[in-house]
Amino acid sequence: MRAKYACQSGEHSASRRRFLGVVSGGIMATGLGCLTRGSAAESLRQQDMRVVVFNMHGGLSQLESWDPKPGTKTGGPTRAIPTSVPGIHISELLPHTAKQMHHLCLLRGVNTSEDDHGKGAYLMLTGRRQTPAADYPQIGAVAARTLCDESKGLPGHILVTPGGAGGRGNEAAYLGPKYASISLGGDKPPQNSVKPEMITDQAELRRHEFRRKVNEQFLSRQRTAITDAYTYSYEQALRLMERRDVFDLAKEPPTDLERYGNNDFGRQCLLARRLLENGVSFVQVTHSNYDTHNENFNFHIEQLGEFDRPFACLVNDLAERGMLEKTLVVVLSEFGRTPNINLYYGRDHWSKAWSVVMAGGKVARGAVFGQTNAEGTEVTDGQVDHGQLFHTYLQAVGVDSGQSLVVDGKELPMADPAVGPIWDVLT
Amino acid sequence: MDIKQSHLALDWAYDRPLLAVRVAPDGLQAVTSAEDSTLQRWVLATGEKVVLKGHESWVHALRYSADGQQLVSGGCEGRLIWWSIAEAEPKPVRTIEAHAGWIRALDLSPDGTRLVSVGNDLVIRLWDMASGEKVAEWVGHEKHIYSVLFHPDGQHLLTGDLGGKLQMWNIATQQIAKSFDAKPLHTYEGGQRVDFGGVRGMALTTDGAQLLAGGLHKGTNPLGAVHEPLLLRFATSDCTLLKSHVSDGIPGGVIWRVCTLPDNTSVAACGGSSGGFLLFFNAESEKDIHRFQLPALARDMDWHAATERVLTVHHDHHLRVTNLFAKSST
Repeated sequence: MRAKYACQSGEHSASRRRFLGVVSGGIMATGLGCLTRGSAAESLRQQDMRVVVFNMHGGLSQLESWDPKPGTKTGGPTRAIPTSVPGIHISELLPHTAKQMHHLCLLRGVNTSEDDHGKGAYLMLTGRRQTPAADYPQIGAVAARTLCDESKGLPGHILVTPGGAGGRGNEAAYLGPKYASISLGGDKPPQNSVKPEMITDQAELRRHEFRRKVNEQFLSRQRTAITDAYTYSYEQALRLMERRDVFDLAKEPPTDLERYGNNDFGRQCLLARRLLENGVSFVQVTHSNYDTHNENFNFHIEQLGEFDRPFACLVNDLAERGMLEKTLVVVLSEFGRTPNINLYYGRDHWSKAWSVVMAGGKVARGAVFGQTNAEGTEVTDGQVDHGQLFHTYLQAVGVDSGQSLVVDGKELPMADPAVGPIWDVLT
Repeated sequence: MDIKQSHLALDWAYDRPLLAVRVAPDGLQAVTSAEDSTLQRWVLATGEKVVLKGHESWVHALRYSADGQQLVSGGCEGRLIWWSIAEAEPKPVRTIEAHAGWIRALDLSPDGTRLVSVGNDLVIRLWDMASGEKVAEWVGHEKHIYSVLFHPDGQHLLTGDLGGKLQMWNIATQQIAKSFDAKPLHTYEGGQRVDFGGVRGMALTTDGAQLLAGGLHKGTNPLGAVHEPLLLRFATSDCTLLKSHVSDGIPGGVIWRVCTLPDNTSVAACGGSSGGFLLFFNAESEKDIHRFQLPALARDMDWHAATERVLTVHHDHHLRVTNLFAKSST
């Protein structure tokens, strides 16, 4: 597919008008629905859609990645290279990814107006601005709730982080802890997922029978979402222990490990592929760290040098294995980095004009949407924000983002009802 | 020369931040590079400049030929350009796509016949200075090579990398002759998951008996520029570390380049959040024996022996010339 809006094309303005029209129509058309746990929801789960998010922790520079500005005051030393899509150029630091451009959609007009790490991460993962009045579930929790087939015995929301493994996160907000993440430390299986040798199978069985019995007695008197999640966690942990092989990278061909690169991020990407192939609904891989106030160019060479090949391998594998149709790939950050180069060769926080990348699902392929000015200091066309992106992620995997989720009898909008999806990047 | 009488003598400005500088052998002219990927040839006395265009990316590596007639520049696009630098309007004499990725450093053999280039592709390449023919190439580093220096014997050269690996090579055999442990100049910060530091500059004492390697240490927050300058001094005979020179009160400092003065005092250009300094070290003292504060953060320097001048380039667009002698001696 050719680039949609690599720009200066006559059809751009027409498409832009269409985009605006469709968004407002979309909001009206989808504002009243409600995704319950009924047949519509079941049908969605049967479609087996998945999401993998790459969180470029710290704030990836758009100028060193998706929107290079070589030869300008702000471009730095980074050059642009052609991609597999004629007319679309990305940073020379992503040569392998450039060969997968025909699968990707670059959104170069992101403006989130939030330069704080924590708040930026929150709005990019929840689609809403953080307020003291309300807490919203992250995309992983919403994906787990809407896409996860619990009968597979695997968690629907997995984080692969370079740090230590933890238990469940608290990203689910009102959806409850059942949809919170299970965190994996690098490419390691979940912690404590092997039965200690000193416990026999018989003892294990008796232990759980006793737990269930006591649990039932307790639940007969006091049952809440929290207690349900507690029970669910135990049962899910048991099923997860039975399917521990899903997390075992040793079961992947050594040639694949070599292809992805036998380093931390390469193994994490291969694990992500394995989890997605086995039906995990949502995987988030964190790549760290891009908060390059100092020596931005050295650090982006270093970090993107690690990111490029495994990411490109994953996109390529998903496409070749026929999984890309059912898997949304997102590369996001909490914000981008300043066009201005500071005195330490660094770039600082910049949320007014930066880029997000999507691929797969219903996302247009080989496309660019949005444009920044010559020096990348502001969006000149196709501006989008976190709320629109959040809607678009859901729509890309077949979830009607205008619907509400029913939680404890209350209907809660799945995504910010004030905005809608970016229809122009959806097919 | 009297380093304690150092004073700013000349100050010329370009319209973009400057990156690198080398002074011509005659000391009358200099070449700088800037963030617009151009070079500037300066007449030091007047500030008259000619802008040279030929690179597609920033230039961090510059080297004059021995006779000052040519200059070679190495860019972040991996290109080497030979310039007819002495002409009124310098032109590219030769352009070679020399490296994959950034060229970080260049040096010229003592007899002026060989040029060596190093960079991010981990390859050391030797060129015939007159013809531009590639004479040899070899690998021997696992991380980006930041520095290169010919030994005065012309038979060896030294390379230093991001990881603090510093090696002396026998040029004829392309084998490692000696290894120096410059790992104190390298930081791997586990939380940020980045390698940081490296051998930013190297110099030998006038007799070749000691090797100096500059950069930074205490990189507790590499991405946030939290670090301090460090200069290591090695004995070249047995590679032992003789001194770790530190400079108090320069948080955020990094030594970008070090040169040796005729009395074996070392002068280092230091830039960071504390500003720009020329730091002076000798073999006896662990700390800098003198420091001269520059008006702005320095990014590179060069030393001209005959005129006893240090040239520095700065983020604030300026090329500055510091005389290392008293004003009355001018």
